[in-house]
Amino acid sequence: MTTVVLTPAPSMRTRAVWLSQTIAMSKRSALAIVRQPALVVPSLIFPLFFAALGTSSFGQAVNLPNFPKVDNFLDFSIAGTIIQGVLFGSVLGGAALATDIEQGFFDRLLATPTSRISILVGRLMGAAMFGAFQAMIFILILLPFGISIKAGFLGAVVIVICGGLTGIAIGGFTAAMALKTGSSEAVQGSFPLLFIALFFSSAFFPRETMTGAYRVIANLNPISYLVEGIRGLVVDGFTAGNAAKAILVPIGIGVFSIALALRTLYSRLAAR
Amino acid sequence: MTAITSSALGADGGTVLRSSRGLALRGMRSIRRLPSAFVPALAMPVIQTIAFSGTFFAITKIPGFPTDRSVNWYLPLACCMGSGFAGVGLGFSTVRDIESGFFDRLRMAPSPRSSLVVGPLFTAWFRVVIVITTTVLVGFLWGARLTDGPIGLVTLYIAGFGIATISTGWGLGLAYVFGDMRAAALMQLTLFTFLFLTNAQAPLSVMTGWLHSVARINPFTNILRLARQGWLGEVTWENTWGGLVAIVVMSALTLTFAYRRLAKLSN
Repeated sequence: MTTVVLTPAPSMRTRAVWLSQTIAMSKRSALAIVRQPALVVPSLIFPLFFAALGTSSFGQAVNLPNFPKVDNFLDFSIAGTIIQGVLFGSVLGGAALATDIEQGFFDRLLATPTSRISILVGRLMGAAMFGAFQAMIFILILLPFGISIKAGFLGAVVIVICGGLTGIAIGGFTAAMALKTGSSEAVQGSFPLLFIALFFSSAFFPRETMTGAYRVIANLNPISYLVEGIRGLVVDGFTAGNAAKAILVPIGIGVFSIALALRTLYSRLAAR
Repeated sequence: MTAITSSALGADGGTVLRSSRGLALRGMRSIRRLPSAFVPALAMPVIQTIAFSGTFFAITKIPGFPTDRSVNWYLPLACCMGSGFAGVGLGFSTVRDIESGFFDRLRMAPSPRSSLVVGPLFTAWFRVVIVITTTVLVGFLWGARLTDGPIGLVTLYIAGFGIATISTGWGLGLAYVFGDMRAAALMQLTLFTFLFLTNAQAPLSVMTGWLHSVARINPFTNILRLARQGWLGEVTWENTWGGLVAIVVMSALTLTFAYRRLAKLSN
């Protein structure tokens, strides 16, 4: 009887400990971002800058054949702006993890009875919080410049959630890279590649205007669907399809990237 | 110690070149030793050429666009971006040296301080050759065509070397100011910003609003014009001199910035 009562207790305690460790690591990860405005501010300004740039450069493109019907190019481009910002923020998270490895903090964490997974999950939670924050800020800043979210307030909430989930999804890849290389320089160097992945999607121009191999790649690129979920909410309005796309696509990418990050984490631990 | 310092400061040009060559060779070897730090800088312009020319293919149909080949428009931009990243990449490496303490040993060495700037510059130029040559070869396979013969390649390489010089000075200067990887994000963002506040994505005639005004006065617009002219029409002095002036002036400014910050670091 005693045994039966005691068995679940350690399990629950273990779970509670794991949760508190993860929360502590998440808090540290979020604080690390907040405490470095020199890193955070560019990740907010840069995508907004590109939105302004695209609106000025491609303003006439909305009249091209096959371009989706939009009020202006800014409405079309805000989805790309959000995903771009979250990608950049995820690189910062990965670079911070690599810096922990370079400076020996990661090894010190491993020397403590901290759950190994909570180190990674904590980092991803930080990326999620920052991703959601970025999505909210982009919407608030661009509203006075003429964007209109046809899906209304509920649509905006879904977009913010999508920003958080995308932070986890992409953060998984950058965390895997940090764990693999242990070099913040290498993680920072991955930013242009993520950026190019964005360009091989429909983030900045519609798939309908692309031809040949480009259209095929954009059709295969999950970022296209990530962006189009948000874009649908902005341009077409709130539908179950648009909301599902905005939520389920980052979850799908996240499952893959977290599995990759966990595998890399275990490889690093096994190599010690 | 005094003798060493005096020797370092009073070193002749030959010593500067010898020390710089040593540092440049070290930088070139680092490409092999840490490929993960250079490969993205090499892959980026190649992929950018391919991605931009496909993604924005439709804009060549806007009335007034100077070419019907989108790859001819975006290839020189990608080469300039790649050259810029070749330069700031040396800033990354310097940050790594500062963080690991190796840079302190370099500063204590009896070699001229200027070689700490000139050496990475040589490495950046070496990287530019790799980046532009690779990008152009891929561009040719992708349908890019020179419109005025090989002279178009000469102007493209000049623009690339120029942007690499500017970005190396800027990257090193920021590395000396921050001394850690915070500098990396600033290096990349400022380079992106200056290169995109130009006619990078669309010609001036197609632009609307504020960007048109900014691009007209941005010196990088002149450098891009220098790089692009052999891919859009004939190479002319009118499209060349502005780019050359921009390169000389901005290189002088950024290299001076790097040298002054290095001197301050030493003090």
